[in-house]
Amino acid sequence: MRLLPQPEALRQSRLGWSDLLVTLAVLTLIGLIARGGSEALVSFQPPDVSPTVSLDPRNLPDYALRSTLRMFIALGCSTLFTLVYGSLAAHNRRAEKILIPLLDILQSVPVLGFLSITVTGFIALFPGSLMGLEAASIFAIFTSQVWNMTFSFYQSLRTVPKELSEAASLYRLSRWQRFSRLELPSATIPLLWNAMMSFGGGWFFLAASEAISVLNTSYTLPGIGSYVAAAVEARDLHALAWAVVTMAVVILLVDQLFWRPLVAWSNRFRLEQSGGGESPTSWVLDLMRSARIPTLVGTALAPAGEAIDRLLSALLGHASEQDADPPAPRSERLFNLGVLLAVGGLLAALIHFILVTVGPAEVGNAFLKGLHTLVRVLLLLVGATLIWTPIGVAIGFQPRLARLLQPLVQFLASFPANFIFPFATLFFIHAHVPIGWGSILLMALGSQWYVLFNAIAGAQTIPSDLREMADDVGLRGLQRWRKLIIPGIFSAWVTGGVTASGGAWNASIVSEVVSWGGTTLTADGLGAYIAEATSQGDWPRIALGIGLMSLFVVGLNQVVWRRLYALAEHRYHL
Amino acid sequence: MTLISVDRVSKAFPLPDGKGNFTVLNDVSLTVKAGEVVALLGRSGSGKSTLLRIMAGLIQPSDGLVLSNGQPLRGTNRNLAMVFQSFALLPWLTVQDNVELGLAARHVPREERRQRALKAIDIVGLDGFENAYPKELSGGMKQRVGFARAFVLEPEVLFMDEPFSALDVLTAENLRGEIDDLWNAGSFPSSSILIVTHNIEEAVFLADRVVILGANPGRIRGEISINLPRPHDRTHPRFKALVDYVYTVMTNPDIAVTGEPEDQRPNLDSARSAVSPFARPLPHVRVGGISGLLELMHEQGDGLRDIPLLAERLQLEVDDLLPLLDAAVLLGFAEVADGDVRLTPAGQDFATTTILRSKDLFRQQVLERVPVMSSIHNTLQTKADGSLRSDFFLGMWDDYFPTEEAERQLATAVDWGRYAELFEFDAGEGRLTLPS
Repeated sequence: MRLLPQPEALRQSRLGWSDLLVTLAVLTLIGLIARGGSEALVSFQPPDVSPTVSLDPRNLPDYALRSTLRMFIALGCSTLFTLVYGSLAAHNRRAEKILIPLLDILQSVPVLGFLSITVTGFIALFPGSLMGLEAASIFAIFTSQVWNMTFSFYQSLRTVPKELSEAASLYRLSRWQRFSRLELPSATIPLLWNAMMSFGGGWFFLAASEAISVLNTSYTLPGIGSYVAAAVEARDLHALAWAVVTMAVVILLVDQLFWRPLVAWSNRFRLEQSGGGESPTSWVLDLMRSARIPTLVGTALAPAGEAIDRLLSALLGHASEQDADPPAPRSERLFNLGVLLAVGGLLAALIHFILVTVGPAEVGNAFLKGLHTLVRVLLLLVGATLIWTPIGVAIGFQPRLARLLQPLVQFLASFPANFIFPFATLFFIHAHVPIGWGSILLMALGSQWYVLFNAIAGAQTIPSDLREMADDVGLRGLQRWRKLIIPGIFSAWVTGGVTASGGAWNASIVSEVVSWGGTTLTADGLGAYIAEATSQGDWPRIALGIGLMSLFVVGLNQVVWRRLYALAEHRYHL
Repeated sequence: MTLISVDRVSKAFPLPDGKGNFTVLNDVSLTVKAGEVVALLGRSGSGKSTLLRIMAGLIQPSDGLVLSNGQPLRGTNRNLAMVFQSFALLPWLTVQDNVELGLAARHVPREERRQRALKAIDIVGLDGFENAYPKELSGGMKQRVGFARAFVLEPEVLFMDEPFSALDVLTAENLRGEIDDLWNAGSFPSSSILIVTHNIEEAVFLADRVVILGANPGRIRGEISINLPRPHDRTHPRFKALVDYVYTVMTNPDIAVTGEPEDQRPNLDSARSAVSPFARPLPHVRVGGISGLLELMHEQGDGLRDIPLLAERLQLEVDDLLPLLDAAVLLGFAEVADGDVRLTPAGQDFATTTILRSKDLFRQQVLERVPVMSSIHNTLQTKADGSLRSDFFLGMWDDYFPTEEAERQLATAVDWGRYAELFEFDAGEGRLTLPS
């Protein structure tokens, strides 16, 4: 029996200044959301009434707010989609057979391709309001985030420790309880990391999707991306600089106020049961923890939580606890046959559509353009590797420098490269750089950081005793690289290379056609092909271009990356 | 009163490429009655964990029936709770929430849940740690939470799956003693215990009945009644005799388990039938482990003949020690009888000689006594370039073992073959090659 009240109990009733701050922050947040949301409902009657973007920098906070809101709505949709799709795939063998290959295909389709295909449909869906454009933009961001997150969640569900899963069955947790107590918590950390990375990449697609021309009409969605587009149109370098600064501030704010607290909070979901290791910290989380209001609200809502728990348990029922017996081979074969027929039918219809409308000569032409873009992607990878790997390794070998620079590189990776494009374009025009080469540089602006980032991470994983050994036996220069560093960072390089090449293919659609005011530079490549087909609303060419680009990505994955990955796993695993 | 009975249960998994089935359990029958502690004792591969999971309803048997309170078992068994080897605690829940888990699933109201959990936490001696997270606790305390989580449900039967084997020796001893005290005091929250273990002393100390399982395929070889006053006194002559007897039984897979310690002679040559060399599994030990054991036995001389004593001195559990002994016997370096182990002249020689000579000796013994190794060697010699993909041999093992075990067999064979310089293995190309 404890007679004396615990110190925690005494503290519980007192509200402090941190409570005031938390309350203010919550109210501000609600206000901001309401303001950004209401603006999305303004009247929009294309082509007569279209929203315009003012280049006055004082409007930038407002535009940034609306763009950020789009990012978060997309993130919410991605999370919801991830939880449903991942659970279905992990728990239903038949669904898994369709959903996982489908996911593999979807993530090879260029993100801006989704935008090209869907934007007209979305506009038609919400006549007379901006909602259609909003939805198209959000959908583009959604497609840039969601596949990674879904894969990560599915993987986590498949690798829930066996004994924990058995305990959940034996203690008769309902399907909902299993999901909320076991599966979601154990998937949280990888899911959060993936979401954070994808969110960073999402800014690029946000900027690209806010100002897009489809069917010979330019659509503008007020936001920081369309601000940049308008500045380019008006050749206003001053406004561009303001946009870059604003973007940097927004990324920093989102990181400090949203991701960092989440990452620090999610540390409790680490599966290894021992302490140790450095745990991430966040001043925002510390503030919220020192405030009493969140705890009070939590305590007040506990009975409601209990009721919801019961309701969802009753609704979703109990999972079948045992490994279901494999279904009869005959019905399984029939099922496989059905899937095969459906896929074959769809492919045949698509090929038929393309061949009938554009003809084989056009396919050959587009394929040649694809080869051009492929060469650009490969040159980019070689260049980025040659430049950034030595720098990354040098940084990674110095722990203090790495700790200092890693957030910076992360920031650079999530800064939308298309904000820098206008400056580069201006440079190309003045220095007479042919855009065929210049576009490589543009594609690299966004994707090179993955190579650098992974080189740093890879170098950090090389054990220091191996490096001491190398010093000891006198490995120097080229030999040191061949015997120690390259094998040591190989796995990390493969990861960085896959990400960079995916990013480069995506970026090609906006990198191979760039403009400054009235001047437009167009490179010969599949990205430019898709961009032009989209602006003309030429459906067969859009389909052909996107289909071919997906094929190139899948082909590159199968032929190169998968093998390198297997090699990394097999031979160079540290 | 019978709480759980297992009636002629078998479990088989399909082998890769439709090559038939791999039998994990074959025709097992067993009962757990009210008021008794039963231990399932077996070496790895005896299917003891599979049997436990079948009884818990986590795995469906291929054949046979499990009855719980006379009713055929459907789904997971509601009348039991399990304590896991790895504790299986949810790291993001506090001790209190972990203990409440099973109650929450039964929709027990919040206040009652709290009270019952506090009581269970009290029983296992963790008061004051209710709000701690598992990662703040030591291994022994974590397993106490595991016990509390099971106790709070007041199950009819408590299942324990090697509950002490993830703990260090002293912590395990301490917790084992406390659980035994709790049982002996008559205040135990369940009316029976079924414990799976590979620790012989632990089985004899805790159980009223020890059921011995055999391997390949898993089956029940017999059972031993302990018949000692509780708590079982480790210094009692019968206790020592029982432990010795169990060691004898466990080191001789071919003798019958009669249930009482008496003079038993192994029934030799019973299993040396004309099956494929790939059907007889190699014990998974490294050559270094074998020579280490032999050297130690040689140094200690006659002082270390007793296998229980050897296990204690080496701090090795049965699952680690017995494969070493198996390998030493298979290679003709040692002989095992009546819970004692003795070096053969070849073993003496191997333990004392130089590296080069010991390699020769090892090669000679391997070729003479391990059919699968000489078979691989002969096959390689028939090839013009003396080389063959390892997949070929993997396929031979695949006929008798699941893929994972076939791969372990190959890994062990490669280790022995490399040491004996019978063949070389290129991991990159996956080829076995005769030494040039």
